[in-house]
Amino acid sequence: MTPRFPLVAQDAARRPKRRTRRGCTITQAEVRDAVAELCIRANIVLRPDVRRALKAAQGKETDRRARRLLGQILENARAAKNDAVAICQDTGLPVIFAGIGRDVDLRRLDLDKAVQEGVAQGYRRGCLRNSIVRDPLGRGCPGFSPCVLHYEPTAGKGLTLTVLPKGFGCENKTQLRMFDPTAGQGAVEDFVVACVEQAGPDACPPYVVGVGIGGASDTACLLSKKALLRPVGGRQKTASLEKMARRLMRRFDALRIGPMGLGGRTTVLGINILTHPTHIAGLPVCVNISCHALRSAHVRLK
Amino acid sequence: MSASNKRAVRLSTPLDPAALSRLRCGQEVLLSGTVYTARDQAHRRLVDLLKAGKRLPFDIRGQVFYYCGPTATPPGRVIGACGPTTAGRMDPYMAPLLKQGLRAAIGKGRRSAAVRALLKKHKAVYFLATGGVAALLARHVIGRRQVCFADLGPEAVVRLTVKDFPLIVGIDCRGRDVFRGEP
Repeated sequence: MTPRFPLVAQDAARRPKRRTRRGCTITQAEVRDAVAELCIRANIVLRPDVRRALKAAQGKETDRRARRLLGQILENARAAKNDAVAICQDTGLPVIFAGIGRDVDLRRLDLDKAVQEGVAQGYRRGCLRNSIVRDPLGRGCPGFSPCVLHYEPTAGKGLTLTVLPKGFGCENKTQLRMFDPTAGQGAVEDFVVACVEQAGPDACPPYVVGVGIGGASDTACLLSKKALLRPVGGRQKTASLEKMARRLMRRFDALRIGPMGLGGRTTVLGINILTHPTHIAGLPVCVNISCHALRSAHVRLK
Repeated sequence: MSASNKRAVRLSTPLDPAALSRLRCGQEVLLSGTVYTARDQAHRRLVDLLKAGKRLPFDIRGQVFYYCGPTATPPGRVIGACGPTTAGRMDPYMAPLLKQGLRAAIGKGRRSAAVRALLKKHKAVYFLATGGVAALLARHVIGRRQVCFADLGPEAVVRLTVKDFPLIVGIDCRGRDVFRGEP
């Protein structure tokens, strides 16, 4: 009788040989150069959605000093681009997302090596900051790499690369909480507001808030960071999340932290919430805050 | 908050104690003169030296510390991006440095109640620089010289010459704090 599931893997030799179709061949050098370019672009050219959000906030701001500070932030974006100087001296820990399309041939591509070389090259060439210590406990002299690299298979074609240089003033304000499954949406919203309130003036407000809900603890953390890659001021994926985001934005405005924490209505420029299925016994929530200098850049290699 | 800001008070180093005592928290200031960059690791080393009873590699009496680790300097420029870092991390090191004569510090964000009391005691001031406007602030730096701890890379101590560097008084020498809504 044939078992329902083969208990032992089929002898490889007996398996019909699949014809290999030529996949998308991307070279080591292409990835390296693309990453280098993305690192420089992300750090020097402010994301257009962030710039638009800052401009809109400046128009709505009623506090005079807050309006001037927003003007200073916008002027800085112009100075950075014009002088080819980084927007912020904290050029961050580059967090890189690599989406691997189904046609990408990885047999001759050492993706990790190519990305790390690209980061080191880009940071050196762009006169960015060497902020990475190899030993988190022993510290030592900082260097330009390695970055943090997340890989994931994607349904589309080609290799997508996204660089998010995350400054650590705001990264230090990240909070993860494992709620009881019955805690309810209200408790989750209170937690998100508390995270922003506790960050206060320290992490360069006005902030962009990324929220990850569900999965396991690691999923929630990763989602909260991916949420920062979505357009600021865009809509949430579902109507109920959109409602939640609007409620939270109203509560952020009421905090009156303002630019630099010196008061005003502009405390948060935008929020994005991402969710994932989770376990019956839990409700993980992670809040990842970005300073107003939310930087990222993206490319697709084919 | 540009150099054309008429409301701002102009200050230059060495800071005059009388001018410093006239500052009120929340006031805008344009600072010209010299400041020393120093952040986490430099603070640790300086305070370790003081604890060991050794001399510091430079005289900090009457000086201004800028909590800043600049990027590399692009060719043809004086300095790269050079904005302030979060000041709260330097709180535990303030007592010995102020005792040694440090007169002011520039950073961003809140300070502890202990630092407020120390600033009041030593008649020193905490200034805020706008965080995340590092390319703009770089335009106000007109000179730089390496001082010590070069092995720390961006955390090395560098003496910067600044012109009309835009600041806001965060905590004045009476210990009043702009983040507490004072005065």
